[in-house]
Amino acid sequence: MPKQINVALIGNPNTGKTSVFNALTGLNQKVGNYPGITVEKKEGVCKLPRGVKAHIIDLPGTYSLNASSLDENVVIELLLNKNDKDFPDVAVVVSDVENLKRNLLLFTQIKDLEIPTILVINMSDRMRYKGISLDIEYLEEKLQTKIALISTRKNEGISKLKELIIDYRELTTAPCLNASEIDRNYFDSLKSTFPNQLLYKLWLVITQDVNFGKTDRNEIDALNNFKTKSKPDLKRLQQKETIKRYQFINTILKKGQTIDLKSAKDLRIRFDRILTHKFWGYLIFFVILLTIFQAIYDWAEVPMDFIDSAFASLSEWTKNKLPEGPFTSLLAEGIIPGLGGIVIFIPQIAFLFLFIAVLEESGYMSRVVFLMDRIMRRFGLSGKSVVPLISGTACAIPAIMATRNIESWKERLITILVTPFTTCSARLPVYLIIISLVIPQGRLLGLSYQALTLMLLYLIGFGAAILSAWILNKVLKIKSKTFFVVEMPNYKLPLLKNVALTVIEKTKSFVFGAGKIILAISIVLWFLASYGPGDEFNNAEEIVTTAYASENLSDEELQQKIASHKLEHSFIGITGQAIEPAIRPLGYDWKIGIAIVSSFAAREVFVGTLATIYSVGSDEEETIKNRMAGEINPILGTPLFNFASGISLLLFYAFAMQCMSTLAIVKRETNSWKWPTLQLFIMSGFAYVVALIAYQLLK
Amino acid sequence: MQITLAEIKRGQQGIITDVSSAHVPLKLLEMGCLPGNVVELVQVAPFADPMYLNINGTHLAIRKETAIHILIDITNA
Repeated sequence: MPKQINVALIGNPNTGKTSVFNALTGLNQKVGNYPGITVEKKEGVCKLPRGVKAHIIDLPGTYSLNASSLDENVVIELLLNKNDKDFPDVAVVVSDVENLKRNLLLFTQIKDLEIPTILVINMSDRMRYKGISLDIEYLEEKLQTKIALISTRKNEGISKLKELIIDYRELTTAPCLNASEIDRNYFDSLKSTFPNQLLYKLWLVITQDVNFGKTDRNEIDALNNFKTKSKPDLKRLQQKETIKRYQFINTILKKGQTIDLKSAKDLRIRFDRILTHKFWGYLIFFVILLTIFQAIYDWAEVPMDFIDSAFASLSEWTKNKLPEGPFTSLLAEGIIPGLGGIVIFIPQIAFLFLFIAVLEESGYMSRVVFLMDRIMRRFGLSGKSVVPLISGTACAIPAIMATRNIESWKERLITILVTPFTTCSARLPVYLIIISLVIPQGRLLGLSYQALTLMLLYLIGFGAAILSAWILNKVLKIKSKTFFVVEMPNYKLPLLKNVALTVIEKTKSFVFGAGKIILAISIVLWFLASYGPGDEFNNAEEIVTTAYASENLSDEELQQKIASHKLEHSFIGITGQAIEPAIRPLGYDWKIGIAIVSSFAAREVFVGTLATIYSVGSDEEETIKNRMAGEINPILGTPLFNFASGISLLLFYAFAMQCMSTLAIVKRETNSWKWPTLQLFIMSGFAYVVALIAYQLLK
Repeated sequence: MQITLAEIKRGQQGIITDVSSAHVPLKLLEMGCLPGNVVELVQVAPFADPMYLNINGTHLAIRKETAIHILIDITNA
């Protein structure tokens, strides 16, 4: 017996496949990417009895092996490539007891690949509500498999599943139906041409447009000599195949499954009557959004204040305890404030991910898709664009990946192009700190002005997205077939474990992803701010002392003057002053300019950059916010962050395209540099103009 | 009475008689939208589009433009 068994979890969307994955692996899981593509790869380790370990891959949800998206493609590519290191020893097909008929379609396809297969029937706790009873023995015999009836909600049946995985060698690899009966002649000739190949595998490769692993492609490249069928013919044959499979499934379920409709209770209809209602449906959706934003603002305040002051003290402590020198000052003035600038937003980002996870898990998101489709279509989008636009409030990168289930290429492209307008969590740090500096305290109808401003910024983001979608819809000349199918799953109470794992996983990858960039940038910035060329920097002490000799300054004031003189003539000061003319009309000084430039890598760098620049110039233990509040505009002599410059900055960040990772993802998803380049210049140009107008009107 | 799926009213039930393979994606077939299966309209969005259907126990929503390529026989008038 091998020490490690490779297990692949396969199943339709909404079958609770991820719950099964979580139940098997717990916290022993990691999320990565498949090489070369951006499909999320979830894998984990499960300890089985008798000292055996299982390596488990949670494959993307799919309705069948006929792939229609990049995510689904991953499933087929793995299952067809025996040489892949992750090729499963055993496939676990997860199904939902309420949708067994549909879920079994995929199961029969997997069986045709002659991989040992276990069938998991999940959500067994709902059988009683639905009046369903199953003849497991009969089903096992007819489907040529072993069945684990489990409930991840009640934590039942998991150990049975583990036993089945250990004993996977006892499973038969015989298919459960003969699908080639749909066109005997064709399949016979196929078989005689390629005697060494699995028939169903050949069929899949013939009918899919997608590229498979190189090894497989080479093996069947000879197909060019084979008499092929026309596309419409193949499609008709695929339809016949599907009908054939359903016939088989129907026959089996007629005997193996009984549904007593009298004892079936369906809450779905009652819920949907309100939640998808022409009026109430929209009102409820709006109230949910409003609640989320208020919650993000209010609930996260306490932990954020705590983190802010903790980092300030840590920086001070480092400065006092470690011996003086470049390393200490790099740590205390570069790295710690830089990291503090990102860690502080963990509470808010976690809350945002929490709400999105709950909306998705509960099944409510599909209702939003249904409600919004008609409206979104008017702007060249799809109802499914709502999901990217909402999850774009967390991060544009997963949001852009979430566009993959939009069937029409034009609708999908427009969604990809406008999603970066939605207010992502990286903008949040910038918004929050500026709002707290320039928007007065006070309440309107119980909502604080500051929360309302934030809400308004989110609306501006959505507005910009929708409006530019409308323009793109008029401008882009793309003909593509539109079609739209969305499953409306049953409502479910979200599983705490699933939600918690999603929040932890997403927050972690956000913090580490952004953390790396911020760490690098803050080190570079610290260096540029701490060193400078020429006399003005190196002899700063002398120059300043002489200049203010007559003014009788206290020691402290003099030190301040020296520090700011040094900063002004450091490398960063020189660069900043060079770009100052371009940003002065927007109400910014050169320090903000540096922060804007460095935040083209990632928006959240803005706060960290300012924190680094300001702390190089001061000795005091101060929070970032207090430092910013104390900055004076050198020309006007008024606070630098005032209402006009603050609004101008907020608007600039609302529209500008400042995120290299998003540009990279757009390039990958659209397979062209044209779209990300257009995004960068149009969005940032527009941002500049709007910020300029705002400042000039308000100042 | 044979009509297209786009014309079904709330509360009506029908049996799918024909699905145009040229216009209807395979994915929809695989979700159970096949000749012989029972279909029922659960809810319509404003402007009667998209349509929220129950096909053979699977609940899904499709647009009207797809529904016109599916023929059904109404079983309860």
